[in-house]
Formats: sequence, structure tokens, C-alpha cells
Amino acid sequence: MAVLVIADHDNATLKDNTHKVVTAAQAIGGDVDILVAGTNTAAVAAQAAKIAGVRKVLTAESAELGQGLAEAVTDLVVGLAGGYDYILTPATSQGKNFSPRIAAKLDVAQISDVTEVVSADTFTHPIYAGNAMETVQSSDAKKVMTVRPTAFKAAAEGGSAAIESVAAPAAPAKTHFVEQKIVKSARPELGAAKIVVSGGRAMGSAEEFQKVIEPLADKLGAAVGASRAAVDAGYAPNDYQVGQTGKVVAPELYVAIGISGAIQHLAGMKDSKVIVAINKDPDAPIFQVADYGLVADYKAAVPELMTALG
Amino acid sequence: MKVLVPVKRVIDYNVKARVKSDQTGVDLANVKMSMNPFCEIAVEEAVRLKEKGVATEVVAVSVGPTQAQETLRTALAMGADRAILIQTDQDLEPLAVAKVLKAVIGEESPELVLMGKQAIDGDNNAVGQMLAAILDWPQATFASAVEVAGGKAKVTREVDGGLQTIEVNLPAVVTADLRLNEPRYASLPNIMKAKKKPLDVKELGSLGVDTAPRLKVVKVTEPPKRSAGIKVESAADLVSNLKTAGVL
Repeated sequence: MAVLVIADHDNATLKDNTHKVVTAAQAIGGDVDILVAGTNTAAVAAQAAKIAGVRKVLTAESAELGQGLAEAVTDLVVGLAGGYDYILTPATSQGKNFSPRIAAKLDVAQISDVTEVVSADTFTHPIYAGNAMETVQSSDAKKVMTVRPTAFKAAAEGGSAAIESVAAPAAPAKTHFVEQKIVKSARPELGAAKIVVSGGRAMGSAEEFQKVIEPLADKLGAAVGASRAAVDAGYAPNDYQVGQTGKVVAPELYVAIGISGAIQHLAGMKDSKVIVAINKDPDAPIFQVADYGLVADYKAAVPELMTALG
Repeated sequence: MKVLVPVKRVIDYNVKARVKSDQTGVDLANVKMSMNPFCEIAVEEAVRLKEKGVATEVVAVSVGPTQAQETLRTALAMGADRAILIQTDQDLEPLAVAKVLKAVIGEESPELVLMGKQAIDGDNNAVGQMLAAILDWPQATFASAVEVAGGKAKVTREVDGGLQTIEVNLPAVVTADLRLNEPRYASLPNIMKAKKKPLDVKELGSLGVDTAPRLKVVKVTEPPKRSAGIKVESAADLVSNLKTAGVL
């Protein structure tokens, strides 16, 4: 039995999501290989080879793989699929883009956002914004799944897997990369941060969001998140969105400011270790999941919090 | 250019899903159902393409029970020209839905399929990508802006950390993300007009598509409950609690 884990990286650094998906792969059992598809894969592959218990690291290089074009990644993985019983991808925006395409090309189901490996053919994943957990048994010969990284611990390092290069597929004929605008931020990445500070619709404007949420996040060394309502209203960019339709986070500390706690937001943060809520409405649903609730107007509470933090 | 918009009838996004006590699924009896929010965004975008003169016809299609006709009527009231229901009481997996849509596309030959990125019931986020795969069409998922011209779609996509723009040759599948647009409310006159627009109903069986499930649902359970903690009196009180708890 063999499992292929598709690495999450930015063509320079291997992301911790990969280590977490390796843990899921090891729970399934069998040989675990990691595929690093991109440009300048050497550095990323060297990091992947250090993950303990990995059999080998495969690398494939092309401009289109580096751009993450779904058609390119799919062609590559489908070509390698003969040697694998499982293909696991972190459930990031990147993974969610290509993994279902791979599954359909192989004529198998995709199991999305796996949070638990029950056995080699049975897996649990959230449905209905995390209001229900569905356990499914797969009858497909090959199992393709995206794995929710926050549900698994990162695999340890200390290995020294062999690195092997494989041929990249031809460039996709019908899809062309135009440009990518990635916001460079000194803050930790939302999905991997130990502390997340999120703002909601109560902020009232993008200026207020920046003035209130960002300094507090910087004081705590935290990533910035937002509720869907705040994103919808244009107060924060979409990649800040925490929830069913955005990112799922599980930091050590989650601070929700002016967020009422709609079902879809709770789906994205309720697995955080400690949740703090600041909201002036004592009946806000966010207080039902908060470990520490402060009923107060954020306009007064956040400056006080800044002072109390010193 | 013909645009096909698949839409799904799902639990209303304001309703909290409850797990059945026998763990066989989610209780949908007497629950308010609506069009999946991402499907609404896709319908809106297709109607805007028609209003701009880029699209000539917008066809909404749904795969689901008889009641999905209501969802299709909503799409028609928003501005779709006609609708097709592939009727079934089976709860189809994403791969099966993609195969059914492929059969519909074989008859309709649209140049663009615009659909939601994810349905808020199964949360799979898979049908669009699967459909593009089995048609061997390009895909542009998680769209926040779509421009169609010269047989191509230029699509800005929401990706981790920012935005990516790609260009795909038509025909293609584009899936809508949250910020693509803000869907309109159907006006009463348009709701009335929608009742007269054509809505074809076909039995799933008539398409001859293999929709056999690949996954067996073992059980559906409630997620672990999180209980409310304590209320603190002040920001200073909060900080001292967090320090005691060891998270600061």
C-alpha cells in the first residue's frame, strides 16, 4: 500500500500543512511519498525529505506547476497515480482547486476536508459548516482526499528520504497564467498562526478594521482574521475570512472582536484551544463557545486591552 | 454565447443543521430550503453577462427532487431564460452530479458553465472541478472577477494570500467565490414573469448516466460540543486570565 502526499509550498519553503497531512497518511499506513511540484523544487524537496517516516520525495518542475495551474498538477499526479492507493492533499485553496480534478480524472470520489482516519477505507469529515460530522466508507480502488491540516499534528522531522525527479507534463494548452498578487505580510500566516485576532461587521469600515484589529494583532504577534460579514461588507480582504466558506483555523488563542458568531464563522474557529470574545451584545452566540467573554463595546475594550497587554 | 448555471437546493444558510438521532444524516424535514448562496452568485454573474451583451442565453439547471423546481424558478426570477430539472430523489455524490451535468452539456453545448464553488450542505467544493475534468475543459475556480472576450475568460481567483489571474479558453468551467458580486433580489414582477418561463423536467434515469455511490455513509454525528466559559469584567481581568491559562 502506498500513499502520495502532495506538498504545500510556495516554491521556496515547505509549509507545515505538509507535515500534518503526512501524519494523516501515516494513520492510513503503508509507504508514504511526498510530491513537490513547482519551480526550483530543490530547497522544498530537501525540507520534505527531513520528515520522519517518508519513503521518498518526488520532484517535478515546470512554470505551470510553479503557478499551481490545476490542469498541470492534475496531469502530473494522474501520471503517477498507478503507483499509489491514496492521494492526499492539504485542504488549502490550492489543494481544493486541483484535488477534485484528479479524482474525476481517475473516476473516483473525493473525500473533502478529512479530519479523522477511522481505518484504511473509512474517514470522517465535516459537513453542513461543521454542524455534522460524516463518516464515510470508500469503495473506490484509489482514494483521493483533501485533509484538513488543523485536525492533525505535524509529523516529526529527523528523516532523510531519497529525492527523485520525475518528468513534468506538457504545459496546459487551454489555461494560461496571467499574474499573481500575493500580499506580503510580516504577520504569521492565518492558517498556521498560534494567535489569531479577528474582526467582525461591528467594525463598520475598512479604516476602522485596520485601526482596531491590526495593531492588536501586531501587539500579540497574531494573524488577522475576519468574519464573512466583515469580508462581505468590504472591511477586510477575502483571504482573511475565517469560516465555512473561508479558512478553518485552530490556533492556541482566538480573539473575536465584534463578531456575533454566525454558524458559518463558528465552523472555522471552534477548534481553537482558547477562544476570547469581545462583543457588546451579551446574547451574541459567540459567547456560547468562548472560554473568556467580555461584554463591552470594542471601541473602549480594545484600547484597554492594548494597555493591559503593556 | 450560451451560459449554463447549475444550481442546488440546500438548507437555508440561516438555519442550523441538526443531526438525526439515529445518526443516518441531517434532519431536513420541515426545514427552510433555499438556493445555495454560491449558486446565487453564479446566477447573478451569468445574468450580468447577458445584460452586458456578452451572453445570449442563460440556462439554469438543477439535479434534485421535484421541489428543486422552486430553486430554478428563483434563478428564472433573477434573470435566467429557461431552466432544466434533472429529477431524482437520490442524494448524488459530486462525481455523479458532474456526470449528469456532462450529459446536459452534451445536449445544450454552452460555451461557459458558471457555478458556485461549494454547496453549503456537503461542503465538498468538488463538482465544478470534476465537471471540467471529465469534459477535459479548463477550469477557473474561486472567481472574484470574470471578463469574457474573444473566446476566452480572464478570471481573477481567490487564493491563499491574495489573488491569481488566469486566462482560460472557452468552453470552460468557472466557479464563483463570495466576492464575485452581490446577488440581486428578484422583484415581484420578475417573480411573476418567471412562472411563465420554460422549465423542462427530465427523469435522471432517462440520461443513462452511472450515478452509483462510491461512498457509504457509516454515520453522521454531532460535532464535539464546546461549552461556554466565563465572563470577565474588564480587559485587565481578561489579560490576567489568559496569563493564568498560559496562552499569553
